[in-house]
Order: sequence, then structure tokens, then C-alpha cells
Amino acid sequence: MTRAEKARQLRDIGAERILVKDGPYGSMIQSYRLDEEGFRGGRTFDHDQKGNNDLLNLTRPDVVGEICNAYLDAGADIVATNTFNSNAISLSDYGIAGMAREINIAAAKLTRACADAATARDPAKPRFVVGALGPTNKTLSVSPVVNDPGFRAVSFDEMKGIYREQIDGLLDGGVDFILIETVFDTLNAKAALVAADEAAEARDEELPVMVSMTLTDLAGRNLSGQTVEAFWHSVRHARPLTMGLNCSFGATELHPYVNALNPQVDGLVCVYPNAGLPNELGAYDEPPEMTAKLVRGWAENGWLNVVGGCCGTTPAHIKAIAEAVKDVKPRQWHVLPPALRLSGMEAASFF
Amino acid sequence: MSEQPSEPRATFINIGERTNVTGSARFKKLILEGDYTAAVEVARQQVESGAQIIDVNMDEGLLDSELAMDTFLKLIAAEPDIARVPIMIDSSKWSVIEAGLKCVAGKPIVNSISMKEGIEPFIAHARKVRRYGAAVVVMAFDEKGQADTKQRKVEICAHAYDILVNKVGFPAEDIIFDPNIFAVATGIEEHNNYGVDFIEATREIKQRCPGVKISGGVSNLSFAFRGNEPVRKAMHSVFLYHAIQAGMDMGIVNAGQLEVYDQIPQELRDACEDVILNRNPEATERLLELAPKYKGTGEVAESQDAEWRSWPVEKRLEHALVKGMDQFVVADTEEARQQIARPIEVIEGPLMAGMNVVGDLFGSGKMFLPQVVKSARVMKKAVAHLLPYIEAEKTETSRPKGKIVMATVKGDVHDIGKNIVGVVLQCNNFEVIDLGVMVPFQDILKSANDNKADMIGLSGLITPSLDEMVTVAEEMTRQGFQLPLLIGGATTSKVHTALRIAPRYKGTTVHVLDASRAVGVCTALVSESGAQAADFAAKVATEYEAIRVERAGGTKEKLVPLDAARANAFKIDWSSYAPPKPAVSGTRIFAEYPLHELIERIDWTPFFRAWELAGNYPAILEDKVVGESAKKLYADARKMLEHIVREKWLTAKGVAGFWPCRRDGDDVVLFADEGRSKEVSRLYFLRQQIEKRAPRANMCLADFISPEADWIGGFAVTAGHGIEEHLARFKADHDDYSDILLKALADRLAEAFAERLHERVRKTLWGYAPDEALTNEELTREKYRGIRPAPGYPACPDHSQKPELFRLLNAGQNTGLTLTESFAMLPTAAVSGYYFAHPEAQYFGVARIGRDQLADYAKRRGCSLEQAEKWLRQNIGY
Repeated sequence: MTRAEKARQLRDIGAERILVKDGPYGSMIQSYRLDEEGFRGGRTFDHDQKGNNDLLNLTRPDVVGEICNAYLDAGADIVATNTFNSNAISLSDYGIAGMAREINIAAAKLTRACADAATARDPAKPRFVVGALGPTNKTLSVSPVVNDPGFRAVSFDEMKGIYREQIDGLLDGGVDFILIETVFDTLNAKAALVAADEAAEARDEELPVMVSMTLTDLAGRNLSGQTVEAFWHSVRHARPLTMGLNCSFGATELHPYVNALNPQVDGLVCVYPNAGLPNELGAYDEPPEMTAKLVRGWAENGWLNVVGGCCGTTPAHIKAIAEAVKDVKPRQWHVLPPALRLSGMEAASFF
Repeated sequence: MSEQPSEPRATFINIGERTNVTGSARFKKLILEGDYTAAVEVARQQVESGAQIIDVNMDEGLLDSELAMDTFLKLIAAEPDIARVPIMIDSSKWSVIEAGLKCVAGKPIVNSISMKEGIEPFIAHARKVRRYGAAVVVMAFDEKGQADTKQRKVEICAHAYDILVNKVGFPAEDIIFDPNIFAVATGIEEHNNYGVDFIEATREIKQRCPGVKISGGVSNLSFAFRGNEPVRKAMHSVFLYHAIQAGMDMGIVNAGQLEVYDQIPQELRDACEDVILNRNPEATERLLELAPKYKGTGEVAESQDAEWRSWPVEKRLEHALVKGMDQFVVADTEEARQQIARPIEVIEGPLMAGMNVVGDLFGSGKMFLPQVVKSARVMKKAVAHLLPYIEAEKTETSRPKGKIVMATVKGDVHDIGKNIVGVVLQCNNFEVIDLGVMVPFQDILKSANDNKADMIGLSGLITPSLDEMVTVAEEMTRQGFQLPLLIGGATTSKVHTALRIAPRYKGTTVHVLDASRAVGVCTALVSESGAQAADFAAKVATEYEAIRVERAGGTKEKLVPLDAARANAFKIDWSSYAPPKPAVSGTRIFAEYPLHELIERIDWTPFFRAWELAGNYPAILEDKVVGESAKKLYADARKMLEHIVREKWLTAKGVAGFWPCRRDGDDVVLFADEGRSKEVSRLYFLRQQIEKRAPRANMCLADFISPEADWIGGFAVTAGHGIEEHLARFKADHDDYSDILLKALADRLAEAFAERLHERVRKTLWGYAPDEALTNEELTREKYRGIRPAPGYPACPDHSQKPELFRLLNAGQNTGLTLTESFAMLPTAAVSGYYFAHPEAQYFGVARIGRDQLADYAKRRGCSLEQAEKWLRQNIGY
């Protein structure tokens, strides 16, 4: 099946029921309590690797595969690769910028194998693999230097370049779609979208992308200062397979913004919140039933097509979520009336 | 700054032009000198003065344009006041455009690309623009050069449209054509028709290229009159006046510097019109002759005196407050300030004493709202004068009784009632934080938190606002608010508040019927002894619970199934009726309806109701209780109307249209042709489902349309253009009275316009009642044939049908009206609706409908049940 056909299949299933996405790798990996040696997995490096979760795709595929399988067993229809930081910018923190391609290919193959095995076990429930692109730790629309607002630590073309490298690796490894997630800087996401479009052109195929924004303040804006609708206008030209929100806060705080998104998106809406807000120790303690209950409320409001979990959620959360939305009808969307839809930090539509 | 879906926009989109090195000598100088801090301020001023998009252009030979574009865009990205609006990246060099595209987080417009260098580069650029996610301006330019005649402009644009839409896959709504505005009145004869060429080309491009927008750089037009700003401004206004009517959507103009078309002196306007429309071979000559005359203007003020001016200052202040006279208040306040030890004591002493007299008179029914609002205006002016002195002293101001945050909810723009309540509360020593109109809940709740408010007041006029109020209530619950929530506005009711809002909020929720009740409610809620507030809250809660119990008790009238209701439709014998064909086909536009003609048609009774004066006009003027008050108000209204007409404060614009149609079930299908083969629209109507006793029918508006061949009409009118400028003036002058008066009059004029237009429709435009001769009173009582029901009102309660009506009428273009996300019309003084001509057509209320009809309706409209539920929440009977 081509990627375009996979996208069609996902849309068809999405018309019938709410699809479930997986949860995070990070907090699950923590539970393995790997030490430096655990991360290195017998390989040699010049730089400390403890905490480099994405390296595990190469050094501990058993760990990554186990987590992926746990989400598949919990009922996830869509699983992401463990590649949130597998770009040359983020990997350079561990001194292994040059390994980006290798890691992405490995991660894609690994996740593909887990998903295909699950599909083979139950062909009535086909599983999809998405290649995850994180936001990197640099920002294209905000200066990191307070008294020099025009400064940028990275250029658009560099950003596009590192994303292109990552996308090519993920595609070569066999992912179905690209997921641009946790977007706190819209311009970073636009660089990723340009990279994806160029990769698709080079391969002469259609490359469906999923886009997921994150809010950095309770007034409902991301770091670039955009509202949910303004952000949507910035990325809508890519005709994303899904548009949505992830991370940010818990489902309670995210509620009004999912509501705001619902009438605007002429595509599938995908939301994966954190397990509440972190406690004083930075840990998430919202129990699975709670997250599931909140998410079910959204589903009942007709707001959801795809739902999963972000920080603090576990396979138990995903299982509870899958159970909670099982019988609820998916969101229907409308064709938006034609308008010149622009945006700055706020959306501007001219009919 | 908040989460907020698209704001409604004025029809014409202003693009700020000052951040353009080719258009602004000052900006060019700043950029060349590298003074980017000052350059950023230029952008800020543009946005502050109303630019909805800002154009950034760095095309200057001495500059590294790519770098300048990059630097400037990155700097303004850090300024939320500027970066909230979209950017137009303006350059004739692709490399500069691409540099700009890499800096903008929002969705910008690229200005421009063209076929100047052939089709291949044009396609390549278009693909890249699409890849970066921008809209695009396409210049009417090809290898043969820039298009100057109408024919060339249209040809090139149609060709480009075909390539973009069919080959590149560019969405039509992201395409903006610039068919080139060239200078006229240059003395060169070939240039004389350039204005006409642009205007005519605009009209045709809009028709041939559906979905696109038209833009242009207006200042080119008046190039010949450099140095004479008044004439240039007049030329721009006249040009835009005609070009906008032809379909021009946006323009690069200095928004702050446009003359109001109607305020241009007649002879200058005529001369400009002759030049722009190329109406007269001597036009250029004449404008050149006139030009030197228009380089400056001046005005003189006058004043008056009276006996009370000789009284002591405290008495004078009291008198001024009670009488609502603001003429001398600043001088008197200043005099009092100099006599009294501390400025705050002027407020606490004579001013509060005066306001107490006003409050007592109002409370005892001896004074009425119009005067109270006038008094408040005087008070506000006095306080505004004292404030700087009080702040200089840095003492505590007198503690208000309580603080209330008030707002008209998101999607709604109506605020007369809210403003009245605000004024009355201020008169009673409440601090009112008025957030204005279309306020999202985030802003309301944030303001309540930041200001430590004692309560929140929500207002709204249109039905979708009721839903929004529920959202606010839910959010307040979710965020743990406890403050009392006050609900007011024309469509709100105690029942709705009790049934739908109060259950969603833990704190006290109270419906406030009108301004006179507001003071009592607010005072009870903030009473010093908490017991009284608790008492009041308990009383309201009990009362609302009783309403809920009663409603739940099944006292509702029974609903019949949809098919039974349809079987009991209103029957018209179509065999004996020949539907009259409208004399006019298509739409008829009224670009500037004479206001004096509308004044005669004003129905004054609702005007007095808006001011909470009960009684019918004209009897109300002689009423024993409110007569005197009504008379004064009426005199003020008449006086303002004179200003409105003479000084052209308002412009009335309208459009009416007629279409061949036929009924299809509860729908009415509209056609482009009389053969009724080309469907252009479908209107979806709802049917009454409440059980009716014979012979009463279950009515639906579609019943009044023949299933074979009939006609239907539609209209949209407004009398609100130009109002903002005057409201701003009143606001700056702390003059709530004039503010509310003007809004109320504009509303009345819009209604009068709808009434007058309907008459002309009956007599001539449709022409089915050419001999109608009714008195004004009979007109008011709707004794004529045919109806004009409005979407959102009882006979067709779904506001969401308005966009389709607007589309059919091209109301945006033709009247300058826009719709908010909740389908409120802007300007607010507006009326729209359908025309039905059948003699038996009558008004009715759809009232409650069943789930079966809602499901059927959703299916007909092709929307989800949830969506339909949201639109028709007020009619849901299950």
C-alpha cells in the first residue's frame, strides 16, 4: 500500500470509530532505570549517553520494542517511533549529531516490525506507524537572547535540513506518515513541513503528515504567541491528515482549546494530553481512569477522531482511554466556507 | 490577547503601507540608517491605526534587501502588538520574498508574483509560495508588459487563475489579483481611462475567477497631485468608493488618511469623480483648477450662558449633574478643586451629593434612564478632570461599593443594553470594568481575577450568545470561580438562565431584566453583611429551582411527529394563484440611501423601550409619568438626527435581490434562470411541531412558496456605516449619553430602511402591490401584503442561514456588512431577511421542534446533529 492509500485507510476507519494513538516513550524508559552502561548497550561513545532515550533504538531495541508492544496490546491503532529527539540539533547534546539517520532508520524498522506483527495477529485492526519529529531545543521564531530580539540561534534552512535528514531516515525505515508533534514554535513546524514536502517531491509520492501543536501558557498560545486557530491557519496548507494538540497540560486545562479547534479543522482532530499537571516533584499522578473519563467527555462532545496520551501516561492509561472511547461516535467535520484565512499571532479570516 | 477565532472584518481590508521603503521616505531613511527600533515603531503605529495586515517592502538599491527583510521581520515577530496581524511580504525580487517567508510564523501574503518572465518561473514561484503556506498577490503582468486596459487585465488574470487553480492546485481563496492602479489626470490622454479600466476589470475578474480577492496600491492613482494631500485623499476615497463596489477587497492605503466619501466637499468630489470615471474631457483641467483651493480648513466654536451660572459652585455642580449639562462641568470642577482641600473630596463631596440626588430621583421613578445616562456623562467628565490630581496625591480613592466586570460575549457585538447598565451602576458607585464586545471567556475570567472583581456581568442580543454564556458559566465552574454571575440582554430570560446557565455554575447566577433592576441586584450581592447577600442568593436559587421543577413537570405543549406536522402544513391553493414575477431580476443595490427618507419611517416605540421608557409613541410624549422624560429624549434624538443627516454621520447601504424558486418539501430551491434548471441555492426552513387544533396549521415558511414556479426575495440593509468615528469621539469625550443615543438611532434607521425598502419592493421592485396606499401607522402594524422574516428570528430561527443569504446578495460587497462567528451583523445597525409575496404569507414562531425534525434538518443541511443542535439550541423541544 502506498502512503496515500494508508492515509485513505486511516480516514475510512476514522469515519467509523475513534482511533487510539499510543503514549510516550520517555516516562516508560525511565521505569527501566538504565544507567550509563544500560544506554550504551556495549557500544563506545566519546560523550555520556545516559538519558539519550533515542539512542536505545540502536543499543536496546528490546526495551523500545517492549514499550511499543505494550501500547499495541493496550489497543493503540497508531504507534509513533521513539525519535522525538532524533535530529542532528538535539542529538548534538550527546555528541552524536552524525548518527541521526542511523537512529531514525532503526527506530522506524523496529516500530514497523512491532506494528506489523500486531496487524498479523488481528488483521481486522490494522496498525499504523508514524515517524515522530520533535520540536528540537532551538526556536526559529523567538530569540534566546533577551536583549537581542532579532537574534536566532538557528536558521530556517538549517532547521529544514535536519528535519529532512530525519524524515528521509524514517521513510527509508518504513513509517506510514510523519508526525510533527509538540510544536511550540510554529516556524520550526513550518520548516518541517517544507522538508516533508520536498522529501515527498524527491520521492515522487504523497507524504501524509500529522501536525500537533502544544500550548505553552494557559491563555492558549504557543511559544510563537499563536492561538490555536492562528496556528491552524499557518499549517493548513499542508492538508494535514490530522491536526491537534498534545502535551501542554492535562485534559482539564486543554478542554477549551480542543473545543476551539473542533469547528475549525476540516480534517481529523487528534489530541493526546498529559496525565494531568505534574505534582511538586514533577511527576504525573493522574490515574488512568481519570484521564479516560476526561477524554471520554471530549469524545461525547463530538470533538475527537484520534486520541492518545502524552507525558505521564502509560499503557494502562491508553488501555483505559481505548476502553472509554470505544463506543463513542467519532467527530464529524464540516467543509469550511471559502475565505482568505491568514494569521499573525491571531487568526484573520476574510470572507 | 487571547484565544479568539477570526474577528469579523470590515469589507475593505486595510493594508498598512508605511513599512515600505518605496512608499515612505521616513521608513526608508530609518532602514538605511539602521534605526530598526524606530522602524518597528512605525509598524506598531500602523496596527494601532487600524491596519489589518502590514505590508513590508525593502526594495531599495542601496540596501541588502534580503537581510533587511529578515532583520525587520524577526524583530517584529517579538512584538505581540504588531505580530498579531498577518504580514504581507512585498518585493519584486523572489529572493527577498523567500527570505521573508522563512521568518514568518503566521500565514502571510506574498506580494507579488506574475507571468512577467514567462509561465515557467510563475509556476515555480507559485509552487514555492504554496509550500511555505502563504497566500499570494498576482500582478496583472505578462511577458508583453503590465496590463493597462480592462481587456488585458482580465485576460492575464483569467489565464493566471487557470494555471494556479488547475495546474498548481492553489486554492482560489488564497489568490489575490492586483490589476494595476495607474496614475490618472497626468495630462496624457491615454491615461484618462486608467481608473475606469481598473474598476471594470475588477468587476469582471471577480466574475470570471470565483473565490479570488482584488487588491491594489491606491496611492499611484493620484501621483499627479503630489504635494496636495487633501486632493489626493479625496481622489483615493472617490476611487475606493467605486472600486469597492465593483469588488475590490483590499488595498495598500494609509488607513488614517482616507477622507470619508460623503464628507468631501461636493465640488471637489464631483471633480474627482469626473477624473476617475473619465466622464468629461475637461475633467483633469477642472480638478487642477480646483486643487489649490483645498489646502486648509478651519472651524469656530461658540458658547452660551444662563442664570444658574451665578450660583455657588457646589450648587452649580449639582444642577449640572441633575440636569445632565456638561458644558461647564470641567471649569466648575476645577473651581471646586481649588476651593476644597483635596481633589478626592470634590468627588466625595459635591459630585457624590449631586449623584445621590440623581440616584434618589431615579430610584423613586422621578427621573428616567436617558437623564441618568446624561448625568453620568457629566460625572465622568468631572472625574476625568480630577483623576490626574488624585493620582498626583497618591491617596486612596473612595472605595466603590463593588467591582463588576462586564462584557458582551464572544461572537456578539450588541452593547447598548450593557452600556446602559454600566452607566447606571457607575452612578451608584460601582466600579465597572467594561471589556467591550466580542469578548472571549478567557479575557472575561482573566479580568475578573486580575481586578479581584466582585461579580461578572454578561450581555448578548442574538441567540447564539446564549450558548456562549453557558460556555462562560462552564468555564467559571471549571476554574473554580465563586463570584456571582449576572446575565442580561434582549434574548436572555429568567427561564433560560434558570434552565441552562444556572445549573452549569456553582456560584450565584442571576438574570437581570433591565438597568433599573441591576442596581438592586448588585447592591444585594455585595452587601457588607454577608448574610444579606446569602439571603438574596438563596432566594434566587429557590426561585430558579422552582422554574426548573415547573419546566420538568411536563407542562409543555405536546409535539407531533415531523410527518404529522408536514401533513398539517399551511395549505395554499396554488391552482388559483399566479405567482407575480418581480419587476427587477437579480440584485438591486442602494449604495447610499437618503437618510431623510428613512427618518419619516422610524418606528419610535422600540426606541423608547430601549431607554426603558414604557409606552407607545406618540402617546408616550404626553404620558403622566414618563412624558416629560420622553419628550426631552425625543428632542435630543431629533436634534441628533439633524446632525446625522446634515453632517452625514451615517451612511445607509442596502441590497435587495429576487430569484426564481420552487418549494421542495420544507426547503426552497433558488435558481439562476427562469427555466429553473440552474440551482444556485437552497434555503432550509423549519416547521412548527407543537400540536395544533384544527384548522390551525403547522406552519413553515416554505408553505408560502409554490412547488411549481415562484419567486423569493432577500435583503440586507444597514444604517451603521460611519458610526465608529462618532462613537469614538463620544467615548473620548466621556459621553455615554450620545454614544447610546446614536447607537439606538442607527438601529432605528436600519429598521426604518428595512421597512422602506420592503415598501419599495411591494410597489415597484417586485411590484405586486403597485397601488398600495397605507398610512404610517398601518405600515407599522404590517397591514400590507407579504412578509420579510429574518434568519435568527421566530419564523426561521437559525442564524447560521445568514451567510448563505449574504452570499446570494453579495451583501459583503454591496452593503459592507460582515458577520461574526455567531452570525451577528456588523455594523450592528442592520437588518436582513427574506421576502415572501403570497397574500397569505404571515409571521409565526417555529417554537419547539422535535429530535426527528432536527435530524432531518441536519441531514438536509449536510451537517452533524451536534452542529444543528448548537444552532437551534433555543428551539430544541426534547
